[in-house]
Order: sequence, then C-alpha cells, then structure tokens
Amino acid sequence: MHPREIDWLIMAVYFVFVLGVGYALRRHVKTSTDYFLSGRSIPAWVAGLAFLSANLGAQEVIGMAASGAKYGMATSHFYWVGAVPAMVFLGVFMMPFYYGSQARSVPEYLKLRFDEKTRGLNAISFATMTVFSSGISMYAMGLLLNLLLGWDFDTSVWLSAAVVLIYILLGGLTSAIYNEVLQFFLIVFGFAPLVFLGLKDLGGWQGLTARLAHVATAQGFAPQAWSSTWSQMGDPGSNPMGVEWFGVAMGLGFVLSFGYWCTDFLVVQRAMAAHSMSAARRTPLIAAVPKMLFPFLVIVPGMIAIASTQHTGASGFVLPHKADGTLNYDLSIPMMLSHYFPHGMLGLGLTALLASFMSGMAGNVTAFNTVWTYDIYQAYINRGASDHHYLNMGRVATVFGIGLSVAAAYVANHFNNIMDMLQLLFAFVNAPLFATFLLGMFWKRATGHGAFAGLLSGTAAAALHHGVSLPRGSVPGIKGGWLALLHAYPSEMAQNFWTAIWAFTVCFVVTLAVSLITRPRAENELAGLVYSLTPRLRETDRAWYARPAVLGAGVLAATLLLNLIFW
Amino acid sequence: MGLDIRIPLGVMFTLLGLLLTGFGFFSDPAIYQRSLGIDINLWWGLALLLFGAVMLGFGWRAAGGGTH
Repeated sequence: MHPREIDWLIMAVYFVFVLGVGYALRRHVKTSTDYFLSGRSIPAWVAGLAFLSANLGAQEVIGMAASGAKYGMATSHFYWVGAVPAMVFLGVFMMPFYYGSQARSVPEYLKLRFDEKTRGLNAISFATMTVFSSGISMYAMGLLLNLLLGWDFDTSVWLSAAVVLIYILLGGLTSAIYNEVLQFFLIVFGFAPLVFLGLKDLGGWQGLTARLAHVATAQGFAPQAWSSTWSQMGDPGSNPMGVEWFGVAMGLGFVLSFGYWCTDFLVVQRAMAAHSMSAARRTPLIAAVPKMLFPFLVIVPGMIAIASTQHTGASGFVLPHKADGTLNYDLSIPMMLSHYFPHGMLGLGLTALLASFMSGMAGNVTAFNTVWTYDIYQAYINRGASDHHYLNMGRVATVFGIGLSVAAAYVANHFNNIMDMLQLLFAFVNAPLFATFLLGMFWKRATGHGAFAGLLSGTAAAALHHGVSLPRGSVPGIKGGWLALLHAYPSEMAQNFWTAIWAFTVCFVVTLAVSLITRPRAENELAGLVYSLTPRLRETDRAWYARPAVLGAGVLAATLLLNLIFW
Repeated sequence: MGLDIRIPLGVMFTLLGLLLTGFGFFSDPAIYQRSLGIDINLWWGLALLLFGAVMLGFGWRAAGGGTH
C-alpha cells in the first residue's frame, strides 16, 4: 500500500518541524561547546529521551521486530538484560567521572585517565566505525524507502543526507537531541496503535501466546519457546536463539551491554550535554524507564507478525518469503503497518520510521564530528587554534562525515561483504572496551601502558576466537573458523556472546598484568578520574526519590519484575 | 538551551492530531476495515491532540514563569 496525500502531508509536517527546529537553534550556537555539547545545558528528561532514541535507529526498530518474529519474547533480553542494568551502572557509578572530569568526549576521558595513545586508538576506531555504521543504516533505509514509498535508492539517500546535514549544520548537537525527542514520541505514537490492533486481532495476549505455541511446536520447540524469556534458556538446543543462560548473562548482559552503553560516545554524549552533574546522572536512568517498556512496542509486533503468518486465514496477514525460501523477518514492521493502518495512520507510522532513520544518522554524525574535532584534529593536527576555528572545523567535519556516510552507503549497496567484514572488525575492537573502563575507573593502579596493551590483546583475542570457532552449519569464512575449527557453537548469537567474553577476559587480565609491572601515575593526578580518589557525591539538593541510587534501584526492581512475569 | 523543546513538540503533535482527526472525520468508513472497524485516525488523532496540548501547556507555563 503506497502512501497518498494525507500520508505525505503528515510526513511533510515532520520535515518542516525538523528543519524549523534547526533554524530556530542556529542563533544559539556561538562556541564549540554549544555545537558539540549543547553548551552543557540540556534538562535531564530531554537528554534521557535523546539517550534512548540515539540508539533507536530504524535498523534497531526493524531488527528488533525481526528478532521478535524469529526468536519471540526472548528478544527482550536485549533490553532487560542487555541494556537496563548497564544504563543504571552508567548513571550511578560512571557518570560522576565522565561529567565530573569535564572530558568533552569518551576518548578524551581515556586521555585524562590513561595517556595519549589509548585515546588515539579509541578515537580513530570510533570515528571510523560511526561513519561506516551511519552509511550502513543509510543503505538499509534506501532499500526500505524504495519498498514503502517507491523512492529510488539515490533519492532516499541524498534527500535524507541533505535534511540531516542542514539541521546539524544549523543547531549542532542540540538539533540532533531535539530531533531525537521528536522521534521518541513519533515511535511511541506510531507503534502503540499497531500493537493494539495486532493484539486485538489475535484475541489479546492469550490469543497471541496460543498461536505462538503452534509456531514453536512446528519448529520442534516447547510450546512456550516464543512467549517466554528464561524458561527455555537452560540448554541452547531448546530455544530458537541457540544460546544458554550463562552466555546471555555474561556475554550479552555483562560484556556486550556494558561495553556499549557505558563506553559508546554516541549515547554517552547525550548525558555529557546535560546541564548539571545531577541531570547527567539521571539521563541514563530516565532513559531506562521507557527502555524497559520498549519490547512491547518493537518486539511484540514481530511476534504478532509470525503468529498471524502461522495461522493464515484468520486475519489474512502473511510475512513474505525471501528468494532463498526463508521468511523475510525484516519486513515484519513494514508489512504490519500496511496491513493494519488506514491512510492517515499509515503516514504517522512511516513518519516514525523516517524519523528514526534520520535521527540514527544524526546521532552518528554528531558523535563523529565531536571526536574528529576534539580528539583527532585538535589533538594531532592543529593544537592551539581559537575556539571559533574548532567550531568551524566541527561544521566542516559534519559535511565530510555525511559525505563519507553516503559513500559508505553506496559501497554497501555494491559490495555487501566489505560491510560485513568491517562490522566484524568493529565488533573485535569494541569487545574488550569495558574492561579498560572498569579498571580505569575503579582501580587506581591501572596504567596507560596496561590499558593500551589490554585493548590490543583483547581485540586480538576476539579475532582469534572468531577464527577458531564457527556456528553449527556454517562454512568457514566470514562467519568464523578461518584459522582452524576448534569449537562449534549452536548459533551465531552464542558465538558472538562468547567472542565478547573472551575479549573482555583477555583485556582485563593483560591490563592488570601490564599495569602491575609499569609505573602508576601519581595519585593527585587521578582525583576526579578514579573511584577511590574522588570525593563521594552528596546529592542532597534533590528529593530522596530523585537521587540516582534510588532511581537506579527502582528501575532495576521493575526490570527484575518484568523478567519474572515473562519468565 | 534557548528553545524549549516542548513548544515545537506541542505544536507539531497538535497539527498532526488536527490532520488525523479531520481526516478521520471526513474519510470513507470503508477504509477502516483494515483497522478492525475502528476509525483509528479519529481516535488516535484525538490522543495526539491531547498530548500536543499538554506539551504546549507545560511549555507556556515554563515560559510565563520566567516573566512573573
């Protein structure tokens, strides 16, 4: 179902507001801090919603629904295990060092805590990674808009690049953050009625689980495999993800999740832009509240899609097949939109998708221009220039960052394999990161040489583990096993979790060992950067229930409850 | 900074709400077969209107609070 006038009108309203917000913000950008960190002036709730949305690109929305169809309710592990605890940890324990050290970026914190080479390694790999991932999501968007709106690939890519370019040039990070807030509400208002109609159609949650039981038994699993989170995690063979509880808890819940949410500048930047220490600490905690409810908006539609497909006839909804005969899970959301939404609502649903594509891209671009300007340009190319010079460099970086993303989108369109290999490489680089931050923030003895050696050997360990293991049923190559075949995992996901566990452990041990034989920094240089050398924050200015520790405990308790309800 | 996000947020959702309610009111009921017979444009449009108004209310109160 292609959109018609009313749908286009709704999309146009959104575009006018995005550009209008950028235009209104242009007068407020006077210094590089305004441009890269919103002048550290953003209220906690705005930063919190932006923190959440920056990660909620359309690839995430489409991908989570696809996983909901493919794996069922257990996909919420990516939220309840793989996000919320790490977000609480960031707010309660790590934010005091990020915000308190006045570092302007995550790599800059590494420079303050460790040394120049650790920062350089992190800055360069992060900058390259953001540009390419923005390109990859632009490529995915090109394909999807072609399907949904009938636009060709070039139009989709260039139009969205132009819109993002204009509003970031005008308002910098504030533009990106404000657009992320608009996107958050668009996703909520665009998808909530979709879930409502889908559930109503299938006879509520009961009807959905009854049909999902057929989906599960048809594939040889226990009836509750698609509607429970933990009950089938005892053995990798008994759940469609092919993972077991230890891999989920350690690999996803600890290493991957803390490595992403606590160290990725794309999200941390939103909290650094908050107007005070207390607001910065509450940013990820506020974000965690909608985050724990998002499975119902983005995963349940996929579950509805697969349940309806299994029961053809009841509602007439069927997921299409791919060329190789498997179901095209990625089309869950697009197909649901056009199945349940009449014109009008269809426009709103499409606007929500468009908004998440663009704000995902904008998030990458704002993180890129900051790291490029502060951690690469100012650190290695032009050290002592005026603030105005760096502000202009930020704008230039915005232009070439978007230019590189567009180029990457075209490369992805032509050589899919190159992108797969790059993503794999980035996964290796990212896997050990959390060990470095953990030791850096909580062990004053950790040294720069230790951190650098730990990061390199952690990355090497990730690559090595990938090289000697393979998901069952795959051929050696991009999926692993390119060195030798020592171990076969039940699924690709299990292999990813264990790659992360190995990388983290090796980085942790090497950092520890090298730190012990190298000279530590003087303790007075580490005040404000390490836990034991920083005075405890006393948050007495706020009501007791708004204090980070209380908020964090509340969020964790609610998440635990959700895990138990959907056990 | 400078611009309270609740104002553009409120105006945008009020506008979207007006568009949807208006369309829901005048559109052919037959198109609502796909949404299980519910005029989802009308009802959800009203929800957007309400949200837009609440955001505008908060935004205006905050702006007014500064001048008092």
